[in-house]
Parts: sequence; C-alpha cells; structure tokens
Amino acid sequence: MKNDEKILEIKHLKKKYDDTVILNDININIYKGEVVVVLGPSGCGKSTLLRCINGLETIQEGGIYLNGEKISNQDKKMHFVRQKIGMVFQSYDLFPHLTIVENILLGPIKAQGRDKKDATQEAEKLLERVGLLDKRNSYPRQLSGGQKQRVAIVRALCMHPQVMLFDEITAALDPEMVREVLDVMLELAKEGGTMVIVTHEMQFARAIADRIIFLDQSRIIEESTPQEFFENPKTSRAKQFLNVFDFEVVKHSDSNK
Amino acid sequence: MDIQFISKYLPMYVEAARLTVFIAFIGILFSVLLGFICSLIRYIKIPILHKIVDIYIELSRNTPLLIQLFFLYFGLPKIGIRLSSESCAIAGLVFLGGSYMAEAFRSGLESIPNIQRESGLSIGLTKMQVFLYIILPQAVTVSIPAFSANVIFLIKETSVFSAVALADLMYVAKDLIGLYYKTDEALLMLVMAYLVILLPVSIIFTLIERKMRYAGFGNQSSF
Repeated sequence: MKNDEKILEIKHLKKKYDDTVILNDININIYKGEVVVVLGPSGCGKSTLLRCINGLETIQEGGIYLNGEKISNQDKKMHFVRQKIGMVFQSYDLFPHLTIVENILLGPIKAQGRDKKDATQEAEKLLERVGLLDKRNSYPRQLSGGQKQRVAIVRALCMHPQVMLFDEITAALDPEMVREVLDVMLELAKEGGTMVIVTHEMQFARAIADRIIFLDQSRIIEESTPQEFFENPKTSRAKQFLNVFDFEVVKHSDSNK
Repeated sequence: MDIQFISKYLPMYVEAARLTVFIAFIGILFSVLLGFICSLIRYIKIPILHKIVDIYIELSRNTPLLIQLFFLYFGLPKIGIRLSSESCAIAGLVFLGGSYMAEAFRSGLESIPNIQRESGLSIGLTKMQVFLYIILPQAVTVSIPAFSANVIFLIKETSVFSAVALADLMYVAKDLIGLYYKTDEALLMLVMAYLVILLPVSIIFTLIERKMRYAGFGNQSSF
C-alpha cells in the first residue's frame, strides 16, 4: 500500500516538560498510504508524540515536517496545518451542544470555508459508511461510546486530512464497541489512508500495521514489520512488553483442549 | 386591613415598581456586559488588565451595596462629580452586578474541559473560532443557573436605593408608613410588588434552563 512519497518527517524530536524528558531524539519518516502503529508501555510518550505532530504541544529540539514544510512550533499558521492532519482522541470529544451532523460540519464549513451543501452531502455519505446516518440529527449524549467514536473519526475524515492520528481511540470502550471502531479503521487503511495509530490492541496492531514503532523511556527502541515485531522481537525490552499480553493457562480442565 | 388605603395608594406603588424595574433592567443589562468583558479578560489573561479586574471583583463583592451607593452619592460630589439619584442607582448596581456576573460566566468558562478546546483546534479551527463556536455556547449554558440567581439577587438589591432618595418601592412604602402609620398595608403592598416583579423572572429563567438542557447539554458526564 505504501509508496515512496514521504508525507511526514520527524527529525531529532525532543520534548521536555521543564526538566522531564518525554521524547528524546525521535526520528520517523511516514510515507503516503502507510499505517504506522506506535506501541509502548504507559508513560512512554506515545500520546505526546501524536500531540506534538498535531501542534498541541511545542517541542524543544528537532523538527516535524509535513510534505517538506516545517510544522513544529508554528503557532500562527498551525490551524492551517491541522486541517491537513486529522486527530481522534481517546475520549471522543464530540461537541455536546451540536448535533452529529453539525459536529462534522463545523470544521469543513468554518475552518475550510467549504460550501454547506457539498459538505453536508459528504458528511452524510461518510455517516452512512459507518452506519450512523440515522443519527445525523441526534445529540452526542444520545449515542453509545462506539457510535461517538465513529462520529469522531468521520469528523476528522470530512476535512480530507493527509494523515490521520489515532490516540488510543478504543481505550475507553467496552469490547463489543471496540470492534465496530476498529473495523472503520481497517477499512480506511484498505483505502490507502495514511495513519499513525497509538493503541493497546495488539491483535489489531498486528493486523493493520505496515510498520510497528516501539517506544520506551522516551526513545524509539525498535522499529520493524508487525510480523517481525510480534514473532521475533529484537530487543529484550520488547519481548518483556509482549509477554504481558500472553497468559499461561492455569485451569487444568481447559488445558486438555 | 384598610382596603380603601390600599386601593388609594396602589398607583403610587405601580409608579415606583415601574421605576424599580427600569433601574434594575438597565443596571442588569450593563452588569451582564461588564461581567462578560471582565470574565473574558480573566479567561484569556490579558496581562495588566486581568489584575485590575481581580481587584475590582474583590472590591465589589466584599463591600455592601449601601456603602458603594453612599460613596457615589455623597462621596463623589466632594470631588466635583454630582450624579442624580437614578444615575447613582444604576452605577451602583452595575458596579456590584458586574462582579457577580463575571463570576457566573467564569464558572461556565472554567467548566468546559480542555479537551473540548483541543478537539476544536484539531479540526483546524482558529483559537477565536474554537472560543466562539465551542467554548462560549457551552459556557453560557452552564452559567445560566448562576446567572438567573444573580438577576434575582440584583433586582432585590434595588431595595437599597431609597437610601439615595430614589422614589422606588421601598421608598414609597417607608414614606407611607411615616405619613399614615399604616404599616401593615404598606408592607403588604411592598412584598406583593416585589413578588409580582420577581416571580415571572424566576419562572422565565426556569423555562430557559429547561430548554437549554433539553438541547443536549445536560449530560456533562458524557465527555
């Protein structure tokens, strides 16, 4: 799916809060159509990395480039950059005072100045794709968590972003709803969307990723294909991390099966 | 109870009530304006101005309206500024109301979680657009209970204005008691007059609150 066109480039990124280093010397290139999954233990800086890319955090060293143009620490024109980078958060964060369709249209109409009729048509088409067209005039509080998260994805998609960032978007959902959200993302990946995903769903990471980046203690520890990473991790830290997700079978009655 | 007395002086009360409502309306209108500006200054932390606003709010909330009025009515003429009873009453009410309204709006603004701002930014809105389309509408809704409590409070505070010789409801009642010793009738009419003014205000705000909740804000825990 991926080709050689570099979309996003992160060079020697360093992020600090006062004296605490969150991200240290991060170098990542992301190519068009590529799906990169960032894994790592809590507090390793995964979410902060996404927030840096989207300009919600300033960085202390290095730079982030979108299509060769520097986008890090560009406060004045950051809203233009964010129109090209979609982001979906863990807690969905729909705007509670707007209906579903208004939530989706706010960006295209107010930020991009697009025609209301066109944008509405597109929003409805996208809603239909995620199976939520009948909710177009509902308010967020009337939706389940999984439905809200699918709307949040549509809200980001409707801006026609070049890259989509997903920050643990299934972490607050119960298992059944996780599936419906992940399916939407799998479909996006199939269509060739460029995505950077932070997740704790290992099976999903393995299924969707073109490349896995493993972060620990503010650094990139390992970078490889999902097959390599899950079956044959190079570093002991990654092995240790993956072990957490395997359980020894302790029930004797089950072990015979 | 002297019914004849009541019917004879009822027109005086109506006149006084009209004046009270007029002063309260103008005063509250400007209080809302001042309060809104003050809460904005504090919200975006405009350097020196927000310190001044802090001082104003503390000063205004921690001194009684009566003293503020005395200062305006008896103090200012000493430095050559002479205000009429009406202007004094309005100025006093705005000075007091501005800080209460500012605090009401602030509670609304601060109740909106930061992630709402961030998700607004992340769809490419400017900071100004995020404020106008996302923060403000939600904040105003959250502020409405505090806002309506303030409006009722400020209308009741107008009873102090008789102290600066404004012919409001309180003034008329005191006048009648002083002239005719009809304490029961005068006070009964006074209470009724305030109820007639305040009950509709209270009911209207309850309806507005219900309407706003219905529109989808009610469930704060859904964030």
